[in-house]
Amino acid sequence: MSEPLLSIRGLRAKVDGEDGEILRGVDLDVQRGEVHALMGPNGSGKSTLAKVIAGHPAYEVTAGEILFEGEDVLELEPDERSRAGIFLAFQYPAEIPGVSIANFLRTAVNSRLGEGEEMDVFGFQRTLTEKMEMLRMDPGFAARYVNDGFSGGEKKRNEILQMAVLRPALGVLDETDSGLDIDALKVVASGVNRLSEADEALGVLLITHYKRILNYIRPDRVHVMMAGRIAESGGASLADKLEAEGYDWLHRAVAAV
Amino acid sequence: MPRNETITELGLDEYKYGFVTEDKPVFKAVPGLSSDIVRQISHHKEEPDWMLEFRLKALEVYYSKPMPKWGGDLSKLEDTLDEIYFYLKPQDQMERSWDDVPQEIKDTFEKLGIPEAERKALAGVGAQYESEMVYHSLKEQWEEQGVIFESIEDGLARHPDLFRQYFSTVVPTHDNKFAALNSAVWSGGSFVYIPKGVKVEIPLQAYFRVNAERMGQFERTLIICEEGAEAHYIEGCTAPVYSTDSFHSGVIEIVVKKGARFRYTTIQNWSNNMYNLVTQRALVHEEAKMEWLDGNLGSKLTMKYPSCYLVGERAHGEILSIAYAGDGQHQDTGGKVIHAAPNTTSQITSKSISKGLGRSSYRGLCKVYDGAEGAKSNVECDALLLDETSRTDTYPYIEIDENTASIGHEATVSKVGDEQLFYLMSRGLDEAEAMAMIVRGFIEPVAKELPLEYAIELNRLIELEMEGSVG
Repeated sequence: MSEPLLSIRGLRAKVDGEDGEILRGVDLDVQRGEVHALMGPNGSGKSTLAKVIAGHPAYEVTAGEILFEGEDVLELEPDERSRAGIFLAFQYPAEIPGVSIANFLRTAVNSRLGEGEEMDVFGFQRTLTEKMEMLRMDPGFAARYVNDGFSGGEKKRNEILQMAVLRPALGVLDETDSGLDIDALKVVASGVNRLSEADEALGVLLITHYKRILNYIRPDRVHVMMAGRIAESGGASLADKLEAEGYDWLHRAVAAV
Repeated sequence: MPRNETITELGLDEYKYGFVTEDKPVFKAVPGLSSDIVRQISHHKEEPDWMLEFRLKALEVYYSKPMPKWGGDLSKLEDTLDEIYFYLKPQDQMERSWDDVPQEIKDTFEKLGIPEAERKALAGVGAQYESEMVYHSLKEQWEEQGVIFESIEDGLARHPDLFRQYFSTVVPTHDNKFAALNSAVWSGGSFVYIPKGVKVEIPLQAYFRVNAERMGQFERTLIICEEGAEAHYIEGCTAPVYSTDSFHSGVIEIVVKKGARFRYTTIQNWSNNMYNLVTQRALVHEEAKMEWLDGNLGSKLTMKYPSCYLVGERAHGEILSIAYAGDGQHQDTGGKVIHAAPNTTSQITSKSISKGLGRSSYRGLCKVYDGAEGAKSNVECDALLLDETSRTDTYPYIEIDENTASIGHEATVSKVGDEQLFYLMSRGLDEAEAMAMIVRGFIEPVAKELPLEYAIELNRLIELEMEGSVG
């Protein structure tokens, strides 16, 4: 088997300057082209894992490694990880008043291109329009300031739009489904599916608290995180079991270990 | 990622482009101030007697007024004033040559993309350049419309009656200590007259005119916009000002007559040894509209509060300002609106950015006189702090003597958040780019009001100040 797209080994992390690990030995492999769902109760460390993969400065990795396409990324800055092909769709995207989505995304795209190879405004506008149509977004959206005054659904859609434009090798979607009504959820899910179809090698780590989104995005693997570790992994049917039985049986299983 | 360390290394504030060259004076007045110096200035300019008398009186007023105790720290200014030259003959100012201009600043012009020809003028070497030709062709067009756009000295010499009718009527000599000083030693600046009903489409840009006569330390500008006329005047640019002076004290007087509209845009980027104390004031008559667009970068201390005196019914005043305070800099800026007639309206929008040991203060006055029924004023001031050490304060003075007035004031202070930076960096922008983008977004509401080329230049300057600074 070829080397995994993402390989996490024995990862331990805590909030910088605080005691108490949030991640306590995470092991996880994502192959190219696979969709992995990461589930688990609140406070189990799912979102921390997402941020640590993207390089959030508030966390300190105390042990373990994160290999992306075989390279250790722990020493890389967030922007370097992004340019290497890691994308994090935020649970709570920041607002950047005064900066239009179009301008922001063009800058982000150009940060990946060599000097002199930057996309011009018109070329970029074509790409952007195409992706926005795919996500059924109003063309006027691109002129709005990044997340400034957006509804929850608009913010999440904006995250998927960015992923569509930046075309990462790995998309980590941190509770992208939370706070969405069913219509918005379908749009976001179909967007992710189209990205997977368009790029067969795209790896997705879908972090969610609820099974709902898995009705629309079929995962290849499902993992359950408990107390900073992957407590259980399985096929798509694991999600059904969690939906039916909740997390209690796992709590007991973890306690028993 | 050690946040604080990299932030301090961003060096947004460092004025990399200031420099010094050896002066090669032909003749120079002695440093310091005296009535002899004032006489000398007036004599060199071949002024009428009334102006000499005006200057000498102003000098007395200057001496009689104490240093302001408010605003920024002026305690070291008196020493500075003993050392500076209050007047340089134009030929002294022309002495510098392009070869004397250090490579560093030439590179800066290069990076800013300023055309070769303009660079020399900006560097103060006084070369003739193409925009002079642009100016001449525009000038012909303006002259056909009866528009006067000349140096303040030519204004006095060629239009003595008009000049005397308005000079010092908006900013009287005794207004404040520095207005008095300027009145005593003024030199350089513009004289602008827009006749009744004339609409000037192309902005009147001071740099068209100033190519050969470098902006003085004591510039004086007088602008009269007659009834129903419209014009836009632009002063300065974002390129660093090449100056060995450490003191700049200008006076700008504008009269906007009934139904006229006038906009005055100024962006200045002083080197960080500079005390920049400017009095800018407009008298706004019935149904007239005045807008100040004011950008202050650089300097050691800037104290500048563009003012609108709304003296006619339904007059409208607007002040938009951006200040950037880097390490060791204090921007004490804001605006004043005086409502002295019914149904007058005003808006002040102030944006400041502070970094390192920089400090920005918003200082604003909103005064509504008794009888200014239905006056409306709205003040919005937003401060952005780039780190933990920078500082911002707000000093809003509100004096309302009229019951029917409606006044709004809103102030926000925000800090560039780690979450914002992380968000932008997670999309591939490096830290300096991310920071620059947040800053650009912050000033966007004001920057979008600038003529496009100025907005672009301002953005480029911010990028330039950030690039290569991250360790």
